[in-house]
Amino acid sequence: MIFKLEKRPSDSKAMAYLSPVLAVLLTLISGAIVFASLGHDPLGSLYVFFLQPLEDLYGWTELGIKVAPLLLCAMGLMLCFKAQVWNIGAEGQFILGGLGGGFLALQLGDVESYWVLPAVLLFGSLCGLAWAALAAWLKTRFSANEILTTIMLNYIALYFLYYGVHGPLKDPDGFNFPESALFSDFAMLPVIFEDYRLTISILFALFAVAVIWTFMSRAMLGFQINVLGQDPSAASFAGFKDKKLVWLVLLICGALAGLAGVSEVTGPVGQLNPYIAPGYGYAAIIIVFLGRMHPGGIVIASMLLALTYMGGEMVQMDLTLPKSITGLFQGMLLFYLLACDLLISYRIVRDRPVQTKSSSNQQETAQA
Amino acid sequence: MKRIQLSGITKRYPGTVANNKVSLNVEKGEIHALLGENGAGKSTLMKIIYGVVKPDEGEMLWEGKPVSVKGASHARELGIGMVFQHFSLFETLTVAENIALSIPKDQVGSMDGLKQRISEVSERYGMKLDPDRYVHTLSIGEQQRVEIVRCLLQDVKLLILDEPTSVLTPQEVETLFKTLQTLSAEGCSILFISHKLDEVRAICTGATILRGGVVTGDCNPQETTTDEIARLMVGDDTPLNQDYQKAVGGDVFLQVTNLSHQSDDPFSTSLKNITMDVRKGEILGIAGVAGNGQEELLDMIGGEELGEASVIKFEDLTVGKLGPAERRALGLGFVPEERLGRGAVPDMSLEDNGLLTAYQTGDLVNKGWINRSKVKEFANTIISNFKVKTPDAQAQAKSLSGGNLQKYIIGREILQNPKLLVCSHPTWGVDIGAAILIRHELIKLRDAGASILVVSEDIDELYQISDRICAICDGELSPVAATEKVSINQLGKWMAGDKTPVEDNEQAGAVA
Repeated sequence: MIFKLEKRPSDSKAMAYLSPVLAVLLTLISGAIVFASLGHDPLGSLYVFFLQPLEDLYGWTELGIKVAPLLLCAMGLMLCFKAQVWNIGAEGQFILGGLGGGFLALQLGDVESYWVLPAVLLFGSLCGLAWAALAAWLKTRFSANEILTTIMLNYIALYFLYYGVHGPLKDPDGFNFPESALFSDFAMLPVIFEDYRLTISILFALFAVAVIWTFMSRAMLGFQINVLGQDPSAASFAGFKDKKLVWLVLLICGALAGLAGVSEVTGPVGQLNPYIAPGYGYAAIIIVFLGRMHPGGIVIASMLLALTYMGGEMVQMDLTLPKSITGLFQGMLLFYLLACDLLISYRIVRDRPVQTKSSSNQQETAQA
Repeated sequence: MKRIQLSGITKRYPGTVANNKVSLNVEKGEIHALLGENGAGKSTLMKIIYGVVKPDEGEMLWEGKPVSVKGASHARELGIGMVFQHFSLFETLTVAENIALSIPKDQVGSMDGLKQRISEVSERYGMKLDPDRYVHTLSIGEQQRVEIVRCLLQDVKLLILDEPTSVLTPQEVETLFKTLQTLSAEGCSILFISHKLDEVRAICTGATILRGGVVTGDCNPQETTTDEIARLMVGDDTPLNQDYQKAVGGDVFLQVTNLSHQSDDPFSTSLKNITMDVRKGEILGIAGVAGNGQEELLDMIGGEELGEASVIKFEDLTVGKLGPAERRALGLGFVPEERLGRGAVPDMSLEDNGLLTAYQTGDLVNKGWINRSKVKEFANTIISNFKVKTPDAQAQAKSLSGGNLQKYIIGREILQNPKLLVCSHPTWGVDIGAAILIRHELIKLRDAGASILVVSEDIDELYQISDRICAICDGELSPVAATEKVSINQLGKWMAGDKTPVEDNEQAGAVA
């Protein structure tokens, strides 16, 4: 063997950042091969998939509509995952935010005041926070596994929403459709560009990125979250209060996911219906890992994920290829990323000639 | 016939040459020492023999025939057994399950039979082991027994022991030596890696000394003085050993009164009615065999386990209900037994690992915000004051050798000017140079008026640095007495649970 893998003395920082780039490149190359084997012009197809959605301002604003809730959820989840708190409940927290905010918006339907929107946003966030607080309480008080509790809370949240839109919150003039009345203009988020749907929720998301980025890199609490996640024993030795940190990350995540939810219903949706949550809370989990649990990476990953959804629709329309090509691209991306991550801790070197009788080309491995 | 012959072994790692043209011969039935400081290349050489690492150059003869060991299982097939310094055990499995995993399937037989054999072998060599215990509930000393027993269960022709005695009592060391001598008489060769020259001189008949990856000498340690061997190990520039003046402490800083504690963990040792104090300007040493309540006692003093408020006092303050952070704020410094995974976060930089416990010191953290440049400065101060060998403060903790990381951790605690420093096994697995530096720093801190509590299984070390000494056995503390009044026999009895106080007129025994 001419090349072999060799463990690096210390993990490579450059490779940690280069690995996703490499993964995207490999995905593009493989994507081109897939398109070519399906009888389409590879470069043209890639263009349709990745660039055509972004050709005009409309495409960019639609991308922003998807990115905003993804980012808000992903930033909260990043905090949780850094602390090794496996919160799968952003979806439920998102729904509760939408439901709570929507409920208040409907109650204040006749109030014509600029206080309505902030109150609705705040209440929605608080509902998301309260939903996460349940999981935090169960975990810290009873050591209940947060993966299970948050998944179950997701379903409870979803059925609360169904109950709301089929029951008390249903629009009396809505011909019995499971939908609420449309919110008043005073409860709606302002749009950024006239005639486009993108609201200022994207600014909330970018603000959250900036704040959490600073928090994690500069605040002592952020450092404590990192230590707790990497080495609970060291955290306990250093005197960090693990329960307090678990509460903190879950509450922040709940509030952010709740804000994402309420921004969705007071933005592009404009009412409550059973479909307000198209899985953003789950997609955000993928984004956090794709973005290397780093705010900058998460911004890029959320755009990439939003783009694969839009690109899938584009190739369906333009090339009459199945929409499931979206899943193919997401899968390849994740696969190549994991493969390239190997190079963070290992490097490829030329194999030096071994002068013992050994011609074995086994890689060096630590003793199992 | 020579059991194993190495010649011209060279192994390069990025940036260093770990072994440079090393030669080593071990006769059949010989107990051969491999000596050298940490980083001298001993571990690499061991791993080459064990087939875990491939040499870049050189030749290895096994019983006269050239051989290239393809891996650990091949080595075991040849009859090479190895006890690593860092154990390779699965913590979530029992002793018997761990051993079953590491030996060939056909040798495992029934699980009950295996447990029987484990009990027999461990009993026979005086290393009592319960095959059904989970490894994570074992102390380091007990985990090492698992490693040794697992080699003994197989038919070994060459047993490699990497610093095996560092966690044993004098009595246990004696038993182990008897075991080794029995094995050697049976024709088994033993390669014995140690820093403790007395031990090497006691049982080894041949020695190879490494420094900086190069063989600096071969000798018969029984015919060579300790100083001569040490000189070959450390080179000409390092002071070999130091005797420290004993001190009499001043006012009491740490007062533990009637401390009894039963932890939730069923395998932990309960503490029974412990009363002791540590005075300002003295070092109190606690000896004891691993797993006799040391960890539990230190958890109580460090604040990770809480108890009644009044049982632990720092001067006049009752601290029994305060957590580690609050106690640190009152002047506690702590050097834990596990360096990686407790004393330091393996994947974090030295800089961040400095912040890990020093966050209440100086202005490293201001109103909850980290001052990065101060943290960097703090880390660099530790590195330069305590001679930590590292490329820079950005290096990950796991990339440092044991001795260097320990210097860093001790430095981190000392630079916080603790009023009470608690050290668990401060020089375990650390090379001579680093150990001397660490002890020297502890004495310096003592002379500056701090109270120091050292828990160690290294009795020589305790005699060397403690001003008062005692032992812990099954959660109970022996009487405490001035070190020079406690003979090594007396201490051995204390470690075994005897609680006779020292009589003032008793003749002082052998003091190391």
